[in-house]
Amino acid sequence: MSLIEEIDYGTPRSKSTTMVTLIIDGREVTVPEGTSIMRAAMDAGHQIPKLCATDMVDAFGSCRLCLVEIEGRAGTPASCTTPVMNGLVVHTQTERLKKLRKGVMELYISDHPLDCLTCGANGDCELQDMAGAVGLRDVRYGYEGENHVFATRHGCDNDHWMPKDESNPYFTYDPSKCIVCSRCVRACEEVQGTFALTISGRGFDSRVSPGMSESFLGSECVSCGACVQACPTATLTEKSVIEIGQPEHSVVTTCAYCGVGCAFKAEMRGEEVVRMVPYKDGKANRGHSCVKGRFAWGYTNHKERILKPMIRERIEDPWREVSWDEAFSFAAARMRGIQKKYGRDAIGGITSSRCTNEETYLVQKLIRAGFGNNNVDTCARVCHSPTGYGLATTFGTSAGTQDFDSVEDTDVVVVIGANPASAHPVFASRLKKRLRQGAKLIVIDPRRTEMVESPHVKALHLPLMPGTNVAVMTALAHVIVTESLVNEAFVRERCDWSEFEEWAAFVAQPKNSPEATAILTGVNPRDLREAARIYATGGNGAIYYGLGVTEHSQGSTTVIAIANLAMVTGNIGRPGVGVNPLRGQNNVQGSCDMGSFPHELPGYRHISGDAVRDQFEAMWNVKLNPEPGLRIPNMFDAAVEGTFMGIYVQGEDILQSDPNTSHVVAALSAMECVIVHDLFLNETANYAHVFLPGSSFLEKDGTFTNAERRIQRVRKVMTPKNGLADWEVTIGLAKAMGFDMKYNHPSEIMDEIAALTPTFAGVSYAKLDELGSVQWPCNDKAPEGTPVMHIDGFVRGKGKFVVTEYVATDERTGPRYPLLLTTGRILSQYNVGAQTRRTENVVWHAEDRLEIHPHDAEQRGVRDGDWVRLKSRAGETTLRAEITDRVAPGVVYTTFHHPDTQANVITTDYSDWATNCPEYKVTAVQVSPSNGPSDWQKAYDAQARQSRRIVPAEAAE
Amino acid sequence: MIDPRSLDDYRAHGGYKGLARALSLGSDAILTEVTASGLRGRGGAGFPTGIKWKTVAQAKADRKFIVCNADEGDSGTFADRMIMEGDPFLVIEGMTIAGLTVGATKGYIYIRSEYPHAVEAMNAAIAAARRGGYLGDKIGGSTTSFDLEVRVGAGAYVCGEETSLLESLEGRRGIVRAKPPLPAHHGLFGKPTVINNVLSFAAIPFILAEGAKAYADFGMGRSRGTMPIQLAGNIRYGGLFETAFGVTLGELVDDIGGGTFTGRPVRAVQVGGPLGAYFPRALFDTPFDYEAFAARDGLIGHGGIVVFDDSVDMRRQARFAMEFCAVESCGKCTPCRIGSTRGVETIEKIMRGERVNENIALVEDLCNTMKFGSLCALGGFTPYPVLSALKHFREDFASLATTLQAAE
Repeated sequence: MSLIEEIDYGTPRSKSTTMVTLIIDGREVTVPEGTSIMRAAMDAGHQIPKLCATDMVDAFGSCRLCLVEIEGRAGTPASCTTPVMNGLVVHTQTERLKKLRKGVMELYISDHPLDCLTCGANGDCELQDMAGAVGLRDVRYGYEGENHVFATRHGCDNDHWMPKDESNPYFTYDPSKCIVCSRCVRACEEVQGTFALTISGRGFDSRVSPGMSESFLGSECVSCGACVQACPTATLTEKSVIEIGQPEHSVVTTCAYCGVGCAFKAEMRGEEVVRMVPYKDGKANRGHSCVKGRFAWGYTNHKERILKPMIRERIEDPWREVSWDEAFSFAAARMRGIQKKYGRDAIGGITSSRCTNEETYLVQKLIRAGFGNNNVDTCARVCHSPTGYGLATTFGTSAGTQDFDSVEDTDVVVVIGANPASAHPVFASRLKKRLRQGAKLIVIDPRRTEMVESPHVKALHLPLMPGTNVAVMTALAHVIVTESLVNEAFVRERCDWSEFEEWAAFVAQPKNSPEATAILTGVNPRDLREAARIYATGGNGAIYYGLGVTEHSQGSTTVIAIANLAMVTGNIGRPGVGVNPLRGQNNVQGSCDMGSFPHELPGYRHISGDAVRDQFEAMWNVKLNPEPGLRIPNMFDAAVEGTFMGIYVQGEDILQSDPNTSHVVAALSAMECVIVHDLFLNETANYAHVFLPGSSFLEKDGTFTNAERRIQRVRKVMTPKNGLADWEVTIGLAKAMGFDMKYNHPSEIMDEIAALTPTFAGVSYAKLDELGSVQWPCNDKAPEGTPVMHIDGFVRGKGKFVVTEYVATDERTGPRYPLLLTTGRILSQYNVGAQTRRTENVVWHAEDRLEIHPHDAEQRGVRDGDWVRLKSRAGETTLRAEITDRVAPGVVYTTFHHPDTQANVITTDYSDWATNCPEYKVTAVQVSPSNGPSDWQKAYDAQARQSRRIVPAEAAE
Repeated sequence: MIDPRSLDDYRAHGGYKGLARALSLGSDAILTEVTASGLRGRGGAGFPTGIKWKTVAQAKADRKFIVCNADEGDSGTFADRMIMEGDPFLVIEGMTIAGLTVGATKGYIYIRSEYPHAVEAMNAAIAAARRGGYLGDKIGGSTTSFDLEVRVGAGAYVCGEETSLLESLEGRRGIVRAKPPLPAHHGLFGKPTVINNVLSFAAIPFILAEGAKAYADFGMGRSRGTMPIQLAGNIRYGGLFETAFGVTLGELVDDIGGGTFTGRPVRAVQVGGPLGAYFPRALFDTPFDYEAFAARDGLIGHGGIVVFDDSVDMRRQARFAMEFCAVESCGKCTPCRIGSTRGVETIEKIMRGERVNENIALVEDLCNTMKFGSLCALGGFTPYPVLSALKHFREDFASLATTLQAAE
């Protein structure tokens, strides 16, 4: 195994289909029109010296190393900025060019430290490489001249010199090593789209500057790492590289944070991760990353990580470290005991959207075949279950219709109830790039999100009141239908016409007009009409949505309304359009695909179907229960009621992430065996009897499926620190319960999945290794996968229009609870924060804050930073206020990353009518000044401390 | 008395005759006229204006722009300023004709902030032209629209370079863009853009009014028409002198300029601004012509001539060229950003007598790197004054060294 060196072609790939042939150094090269001479030469295997060019950003032409000579043309043009033309004869190495390049390098090195041996970039420095490439042997200018290298010059302070900026927790900025190639500045602009960096000064004074000469941490930098990756010297360097040294081998794997599914090279030294570098061949991320995937992997080594199995009789007891075998037999005995006492259906389990497909598959197999019931559910219940329902109903598949590349062909982007800049940052960067090229953006969100405020992006923002999605969607449809913007040809060909007519008649009713619904939604009817017109007539229209759509009492209805909009405008079935749920967790798509829902076997096939069940029964050699099992909320209710007494929870913190925390506490406390399988003693573990330590994504093999249905490999780069990979733990537990599952490697599990699941029929590890990734369906019809779905027609046959009547949620504001709380995420933290809180990411977001409009704050005497009490009908908590007009008057907003805030103490039991997805996004609350943590928070904290005591195994000896 | 801001006065002296004819000709015929006139870009590069306009006219885009480069920063030049202050409608008319030729409806005049009177004059003239129906909708009674705005620079010499001027106009740092793409294809805000110097636009109304031939009859070789030459520095009769190409440098300095102001012998003449070459008397037979100057490693640039008498120290002039580049470099490309600073330091070493021959060789190497390696003419032309000083006035570089060596 060696370090994967990706070829840097110097300039981006041209998408042209017209080919151009030229001669470079005597070799004929044929490349697409618009390709640079530099890239064409690289294609021919000739690397022209370069420093300012890199293929992640457009050519800039500043370093002047890549000059070439072209026959018949005067001068020495830069090969990075000169496009190819038919018949050109190019020479990349001549006496004149050699002299020029040496002259340029001599200038560079005259203002650069010569501490190469002790430099952080030693072994990975393009400046050093280029000095070698041009044969620089002498710097005749000496080193006494003006420079940025030394703190003093001629005994005085050197005004050019700047100290190293170490404010960012993950990388350093050493201005003395900067060659002003602007690659970082351009990466920040072109790749990330944040525009946090610039060059300050001019001429010799030019220096990279975060904002107006701020520190990196104090600037607008979002720490995505694009600048560090782009830097050809040690100017921007990962602190881990400075500390450890250069990696010696690397392995391509998939990020375990959000549903974008970025491919990374885990760059290693032995079993130690040196750094994670986004992989350019990753089809989801195309070489980009965010602060979480790039840098926030330190949790895998965090001191709070539990590496030994633990058990206890009662949750009041301290934990006791035991062997794996003891833990398995203790757990198995309890679970079987519960079944004996309360019946076969008294136990169940929850699969994880953080674990691999193979692991998820095994957990549901254990439950269905080993436990003998279908009490399996997954965290998708609380996020995207309405997506599954809504898209299956209208289109016929429970997944997004596009790949992320599709955004490059989009003309109008509608973002609904999602804030990709925070929650799906790499996709957001790709989207923003397209927007800067001129695509239009419509944002439907109660809050003025980071997407609305992106630099050089003009958004049409429809700030609706939380809970009125359906009314807004239907009003958009009203405008499209009543203003005759319907794509009738598409609807007639692809959809059920009579259902369309019924739907069109419904949406056209005056009560659904923007003007009539404005009183509910708070959206300016003129803006809404404009948005509808732009979406219907602006070219390729794509809808991207998130949990702001699904986590409502009418979540499924909104998904259906979105599907209706896409169908009525014909925005389905080709690149650049579609309906795209932005999946929250790395493998939430996969966990749904793998049969994690109580009513569905892998591949979304209903458990009551005899033919399907027969297949599984034959393969698994057991009889399966044809009745769907309990959903998560039903499990809690049954536990409180005394009929559901044992649960196996893999990689999911249900206590923190599920709504109405007090109810979850009551349910967990009532159970007799709670098995938590996780990296950390999470909040749920406070109520657990068995703790099975988990393995991180770096420690196991498997696959994740991202939001675009892309199945990608997760590759083991180190031995599991806890001894066993998660799939092995599930097998161990199953075996102790008398259900033997024999697999030597996760690839065998995938083979079984492929054999049982038509949409996965063509998937194998061999194919994934060969192609890098595939998007399901992957089978005989689409052996290399399916980037865009519903191309020639809908999977279900005819697209189905469904009437979407707006029904207000039962959760309403009133005199006691006059404000609406909605929840969301922040860039640096991930979900319940179990991982990111255990990294340096806390420097950006150390606590959850309540965003409140200045008007509401003033009425309540709340000042910025004050502690406030946040109370709903379900409970109360305290946190600090942030006064901002990002939220409208009447709306407050917070994140749920920190357990000491426990935003879900506040959220209620209301849920989606079709799927029970909780209504996280709307809670009526009151906000009042407070002195500090609530009684509930204090009691919770005390219980958690009590519960986390561990008696080490050694101490018992 | 002629009021330069009076539209009536301008029209009374033949103003807007060019536009009237242009409106009757249409785009193709105007392009033919401008091309036939032989007019070349007066900013210094000397690129044929007709070809530039034709490129923009043929480019397909929803918007196009006309930009007038009035960031006149060369030492000893003031022709742009005098035209803008004394005959602002000439520029407006030229730009308007350009607009209707290429299909642009909006133009910008980018004037350096050091020219407050020119800014005021141009603004007043634009307002008057708008009132008179010569700017805005339906100009001169036609169906075409064209309007102008003045933009003021912020004191950067490099913003006279056309691509950094465009960056600055767009509200960004004034750094040079790599070419291609050319501004004619991808100019202001990414749209096809005609960017010409004040003098180029000012030549247009005559060409249209009197015909290409009337203009092309003046001049020599490929340099057709007239050039407003600016005589400055140590000269007895300084000022603007417009004449046909072909007059020799000696005629300009000695006959028209009357020699030095100090009365001492003329030793060196820098033609074409701070990046122009120093010519000794031996080259006074050079005719004022783009090609003739280029053949002698010089340039006519924007037509500025700065005269020095025999008290000049050409080492200091060479050092000044590098220093000017160091101060004004945008910092984008390496040869200019670092090279100019190293150039100053190395010439200072020569002045101090340190390893003179090696350092002269180093300066020559550096000049080669800057000349062929720089991204734009700032770094690329800085070697002209340095190398010409070294070539024609070598004695100034050796003298101190010799004295020092003699002292040892």
